[in-house]
Amino acid sequence: MDFVNFLIQLLNSVQYGLLLFMLAAGLTLIFGIMGVVNLAHGSFYMLGAYLAWSLAGMLGSFTLAILVGTALSVAFGLLLEKVLFRHFYHRDHLDQVLLTFGLIYVFEELRSMLWGDDVHGLQVPEALSASIPLTDTLSYPVYRLFMSGICLLLALGLYLLISRTRLGMKIRAGAFNHEMTEALGVNIKLIHAVVFALGVGLASIAGMIAAPVSSVYPNMGGQVLIMCFVVVVIGGIGSVRGALISALLVGLVDTFGKVLLPQVSGMLVYVLMAAVLLYKPEGLFKQ
Amino acid sequence: MHTNPNRRHVLAQGAALMGATASGLLLPQHVLAQSGKIRVGFMLPYTGTFAQLGVAIENGVRMAINEQGGKLGGREIEWFKVDDESEPSKAIENANKLVQRDKVDVLIGTVHSGVQMGIHRVARESGVLSLIPNAGVHMATRAQCAPNVFRASFTNSQPTMALGEAMVKRGHKKAVWITWKYAAGDEAYEGFKESYTKAGGTIVKELGLPFPNVEFQALLTEIAALKPDAVACFFAGGGAAKFMKDYAAAGLKDKIPLYGSGFLTEGTIEAAGPAAEGVLSTLHYGDGIDTKRNNEFRLNYAKTFKMQPDVYAVQGYDTGLLLIQGANAVKGDLSKKADLYKAMEGATIDSPRGKWTMSKAHNPVQDIYLRQVVGKENKVIGVAAKALADSGAGCRL
Repeated sequence: MDFVNFLIQLLNSVQYGLLLFMLAAGLTLIFGIMGVVNLAHGSFYMLGAYLAWSLAGMLGSFTLAILVGTALSVAFGLLLEKVLFRHFYHRDHLDQVLLTFGLIYVFEELRSMLWGDDVHGLQVPEALSASIPLTDTLSYPVYRLFMSGICLLLALGLYLLISRTRLGMKIRAGAFNHEMTEALGVNIKLIHAVVFALGVGLASIAGMIAAPVSSVYPNMGGQVLIMCFVVVVIGGIGSVRGALISALLVGLVDTFGKVLLPQVSGMLVYVLMAAVLLYKPEGLFKQ
Repeated sequence: MHTNPNRRHVLAQGAALMGATASGLLLPQHVLAQSGKIRVGFMLPYTGTFAQLGVAIENGVRMAINEQGGKLGGREIEWFKVDDESEPSKAIENANKLVQRDKVDVLIGTVHSGVQMGIHRVARESGVLSLIPNAGVHMATRAQCAPNVFRASFTNSQPTMALGEAMVKRGHKKAVWITWKYAAGDEAYEGFKESYTKAGGTIVKELGLPFPNVEFQALLTEIAALKPDAVACFFAGGGAAKFMKDYAAAGLKDKIPLYGSGFLTEGTIEAAGPAAEGVLSTLHYGDGIDTKRNNEFRLNYAKTFKMQPDVYAVQGYDTGLLLIQGANAVKGDLSKKADLYKAMEGATIDSPRGKWTMSKAHNPVQDIYLRQVVGKENKVIGVAAKALADSGAGCRL
């Protein structure tokens, strides 16, 4: 591999890592703050992708579809929290796993009824459809850079929200000691609802902006869910910073694994996870 | 119970007895097999990703049989259905539902190769006539072939067996191969490797990623660095659409032509959009086969089911035609196994895809077309290989 290709592969790694981060952030947030293991997280990614596809068709604009889709997903998250998840915060993890595992099937069936079982494609918006030539054969799609940009922006926003705002302070306090925070007059129920909706929103946005490059198809959430869990476990469950670093690490290992060690590329990421767990059983950045 | 038979008890038992009679449980096997209806069981995916394939196949089978008056060898048909959910872990249980519970004479299924292996085991153990309308897994008509198992579709390496020569003929002598690393991908590669090297081409590199991973970017960068004459691949479904889009977005499409096993562009053209335009592939069916047979089939199918037929509908239709030929030869008495199998082995199927015959290992010997995506269609631009047979390696029939 020459230097130029090495740099391009590095770019690929970072770009993949950032997308993984966006998905994993919601998952780790929901677990870290409410203690809920959410296996249905991948379904929210799928929901986002299908929303983007159907809304873009209806509204005729990708940007508008993302805005409306985000609003719908957040509303859906709030509803789901109120009706179901609220009652599971204090339950056993096994109960939560059963609930959210069941939800995967419910969401798949709903998707089938609403949108059918076809594979759908969504065109990259005109303004972002260009490619930047890197070598004489390879170009880099502008849209992929745009995706990375959005992921970086969201990561920054998430960081500022949690560490620099009053709401963020309450969220952190609630995660640290739920009863004490409530005793001090913070409406912890509202905080939980907001965090859950935020998690759903993040996964859904990831699905929406990924839709034009990944296509929209049944069970698409299942594939990303496993990677999400790997990222969350390596990064330390509940740590957003850990998720970012771990996502970049997974992106790096996955990309270079495919190129340099194709025979074992399928398991390299899991080997990485096992190695991290061996030396740091609670992940790289335990909260 | 015997000393004091109360009325309710008797009624309940009577009802149970009637139920059992109605469902055929009390009749001896040979009576069922000869005087009753022929029992045909579908084991297909009716839910999940492959649901539409299952429906298309069933439509095809029923259409073929309805065109012959809805009977098999003069006997009425009773249909049974099991949804296999494309779930390999339930395959044996589901196949047994049809074979043991419903006592079917014929089992038609399925789409997913993993599930097919479950059906295959049940078929080999029970001896039930098993017709494969899609799954291309090699073993079923190679090392584990069986006298009672017939395939009306393809083997995974059949389309790619025709791909190599077509690529070399078009001047592409250095190629990169890329696929998912799983059974179907490996089997497709086997066909490509054999035909491409035989035709004088060189495979510069074989690239793979774990199924069903769709993060292609790293490998596309690799392809750009290798600069081959062309790329050949095996992908299907959602991943195939994504691969074509990523391939185009990376700027490779206009510089390095993309070829594939035909499933790359089956049901994915709309999703891939302009990225699919011009992609070349090989398969045993395509759009615009302008024969009377095909045109009639397409018209009737569209009229009956209010949708356009695809390759899966054709495979279902051919499965029906094959069963008809077998059943007619034994006048509907499917228990005459030797005669039944002989008739099916010698059958020539007048299919919408073109006439095909059975190989010794019970797999179609068929023409493979070279197709190119034009608009929303897989337009047939030529025959890539005439009467192509799978090797049937290891089959001792």
